[in-house]
Amino acid sequence: MRVSMTVNGEEITREIEGRLLLVHFLRDHLSLTGTHWGCDTSNCGTCVVWLDGEPVKSCTVLAAMAGGHEVRTVEGLERDGELDPVQQGFMECHGLQCGFCTPGMLMTARALLDRNPSPSEAEIREAISGQICRCTGYATIVRSVRWAAAREAADSETTGSMS
Amino acid sequence: MTTVGHRPLDGFEDNDQKPIGHGRMLRKEDPRFIRGMGRYCDDVQLPGMLHMAVLRSPVAHARIVSIDTSAAEAHPKVKAVVTGAALAEKGLAWMPTLSGDVQAVLATDKVRFQGQEVAFVVAEDRYAARDALELIDVEYDVLEPVIDVRKALDPAAPVIRDDLEGKQNNHCFDWETGDAEATEAVFASADVVVSEDIVYPRVHPAPMETCGCVADYDRVEGRLTLWSTSQAPHAHRTLYAIVAGLPEHKIRVISPDLGGGFGGKVPIYPGYVCAIVGSIVTGKPVKWMEDRSENLTSTGFARDYIMRGEIAATRDGRILAVRTNVLADHGAFNGVAAPVKYPAGFFGVFTGSYDLQAAYCKMTAVFTNKAPGGVAYACSFRITEAVYLIERIVDCLAYELQMDPIELRIKNFIQPDQFPYRTQTGWVYDSGDYEPTMRKAMEIAGYDELREEQARRRAQGELMGIGVSFFTEAVGAGPRKDMDILGLGMADGCELRVHPTGKAVVRLSVQSQGQGHETTFAQIVAEEIGIPPADIDVVHGDTDQTPFGLGTYGSRSTPVSGAAAALVARKVRDKARLIASGMLEVSVADLEWEKGSFHVKGDPAKCVTIQDIAMRAHGAGDLPEGVEGGLEAQICYNPENLTYPHGAYICVVDIDPGTAQVKVRRFIAVDDCGTRINPMIIEGQVHGGLTDGVGMALMEMIAFDEDGNCLGGSLMDYLIPTSLEVPDWETGFTVTPSPHHPIGAKGVGESATVGSPPAIVNAVLDALKPFGIRHADMPLTPSRVWDAMRGVPRPPI
Repeated sequence: MRVSMTVNGEEITREIEGRLLLVHFLRDHLSLTGTHWGCDTSNCGTCVVWLDGEPVKSCTVLAAMAGGHEVRTVEGLERDGELDPVQQGFMECHGLQCGFCTPGMLMTARALLDRNPSPSEAEIREAISGQICRCTGYATIVRSVRWAAAREAADSETTGSMS
Repeated sequence: MTTVGHRPLDGFEDNDQKPIGHGRMLRKEDPRFIRGMGRYCDDVQLPGMLHMAVLRSPVAHARIVSIDTSAAEAHPKVKAVVTGAALAEKGLAWMPTLSGDVQAVLATDKVRFQGQEVAFVVAEDRYAARDALELIDVEYDVLEPVIDVRKALDPAAPVIRDDLEGKQNNHCFDWETGDAEATEAVFASADVVVSEDIVYPRVHPAPMETCGCVADYDRVEGRLTLWSTSQAPHAHRTLYAIVAGLPEHKIRVISPDLGGGFGGKVPIYPGYVCAIVGSIVTGKPVKWMEDRSENLTSTGFARDYIMRGEIAATRDGRILAVRTNVLADHGAFNGVAAPVKYPAGFFGVFTGSYDLQAAYCKMTAVFTNKAPGGVAYACSFRITEAVYLIERIVDCLAYELQMDPIELRIKNFIQPDQFPYRTQTGWVYDSGDYEPTMRKAMEIAGYDELREEQARRRAQGELMGIGVSFFTEAVGAGPRKDMDILGLGMADGCELRVHPTGKAVVRLSVQSQGQGHETTFAQIVAEEIGIPPADIDVVHGDTDQTPFGLGTYGSRSTPVSGAAAALVARKVRDKARLIASGMLEVSVADLEWEKGSFHVKGDPAKCVTIQDIAMRAHGAGDLPEGVEGGLEAQICYNPENLTYPHGAYICVVDIDPGTAQVKVRRFIAVDDCGTRINPMIIEGQVHGGLTDGVGMALMEMIAFDEDGNCLGGSLMDYLIPTSLEVPDWETGFTVTPSPHHPIGAKGVGESATVGSPPAIVNAVLDALKPFGIRHADMPLTPSRVWDAMRGVPRPPI
């Protein structure tokens, strides 16, 4: 079957099998290998991408279901050569080690900050609780998201005072 | 791509202090990971690449009557179907394990555990390969399985390993250490003897990235390139040469970015060998990535020790001796990843951090119809089991003596002036100063206040527990005279080249699975030769580009390869000194080194930088007599001894009396890993290990039903901690350098995994003290805690 969608702002049309999972479509057909696959049961969250602005586990979405919709992956976080503050935050606060869960964590973190610019520790932990990190023990991920929130607050203050 | 600018922010620690050497520094590998541009095995896509899937046994023990592959072969997208019989014709049906046993690549005669490899399919895409598995028809004659480890040696038990000539039972090996008679004498005259049955259940490393590979065999050149999830690419290359008969210089193993390893990527699994065969048969590159169920049910498990622990002491709390009897479940094949002379790994350090008069351990290992393994899940070769045993049994003693568990430990610590300390089982601890580490943990925790709070809460019927553990780790294997893996000595090479413009490349024999080697090793070299870490490229994980060495596991990277990196840098510095003496026209003895430059003693203005020297080493003009051009060196480091990090951990838990749910409220970890290279990375390693500890203590277990069905075969059944099960970690440190390590570093990767389970279990048992319970087995799930509170006997395993 033929499927069309927007991926990271780009119109994509491909011929696919109806059973193809979105995660495999992104990885194997579009070579967007930043989105990972880690379990068979939607538990690990290494495959989290955005579908119309909402984080979803792309191992549980058929590529066909994304037809006509907007997909955003970790490769789409950096804009015009500028890293997203959550990407910076994960580097500044050591929010990653092996990097395998990181893309999914970043997508969830970005979505959280978009709806809640100043989340508490409990809110951050709740937001990432559907994703597993085997390396960091989560505390540095929480710090990374808080760093991004603080960065955005500081930056918007600067922008505000300049305008 | 833009370079990433560091942007410090008020209220957050500045992790980028731009050290030229040791200190906080952001990771050099992160810019690719945060962009989704890491390169893991499954990201490798080659032209014409095919996909492999493995058919696995649905039962634990059965004779294979027949296999019909005709329907699978007829599938339009299938390129090859291979069974054990086909491999046997090439002599490839069996392969050696890391501990000198053999393991079936594909089953020929029998299947011996659920999930064992029976056949494989190579097809045009991963979905078609899976489809074709469904078309293979295997007829099994199901046999009685051996699941209960305690019954494995019953005379009537079915014999699992009838592939071994003359094998009449399920006995795997016996092992002992210490002095049985001396220990018995101490026990016989001791005031107090406490014993307890302590089970360390079967768990699994479960890295987020499963195991897999891409095999690319070039028929013309006879050359194999293998991208694989390997923690030890050089050792794997040699083993492939031995197993497959391929010449070693024609094999290139590339271990790209790994999505965690935790010991699970040390062994060679049948899937790798099958993918190599698949590529040889089809002439195309073949990718194999196992799914999560395959990972949990067939690749290396960890632990699975049933331990009888005994401790002898005086009535006032002087510990005299420790004795243990262990029954070890090794699964269907002995796949333990440990040095050859150490079938029980480094379990011999079960004497812990205490000055004892005697110790003895007797171990019996058996085969069962379960997956093989015995990998060190984020621990150094069975030390997790050893530390759990001693730290649990010491707490049982404290319970009986009605002593504070910290007071009891401090009273029995090996004292600073006793190092190097030879234990009763023959291990020589290099250095340690235990009491300050324990006191620091108490101080961070506010131990006395916690005990007061506990008394108040207990009076109100609340269940609050405070648990402590104190561990001594043994990491950084070799030396090679004692330690080898299948004849390969446990040493590591390192090569350093300084380019003419003063930039450098350092090549390692170890491989990162997320530990940050590209940063830490650049810092180790920077500290020695004064070139900024940003100017030092770290190359690892490719056998064609790096010197030989045994790889990353058992916290050996910094103790062994880190020593190699420091020494190779010193070798380069020695050569730089000769060149500098020529440049400054003074004798070598008149030169002084200040990080990054040599100057004439007493005249700092007369100075040449390492960058100047690098250009001279490669440039026009003469060098001092006898000095070759270039600025590079290579060494192979053979450690003199293991290193022995230690740490003190305190855990605070609350148990809901209505649900028996354990909540870890606080966790304080004070680690002493000797010299600290990058504190940010060290803290991260500790956090990760503590989280593993929460998993093992409260959640994780690979269980089986009586038919041998694995009950932990998915992440819905095998529970791993999420952000909601763990607290915000509180860490601290002390520094006791290793006397024999060139920079005094001891390694830290696994300390927290080793030290945290007993602290958590001790905290739970402390909370349950009002119920008169001294011990309960991991994982302390709500149902197990609930049963313990109600006096229900413990489950057998």
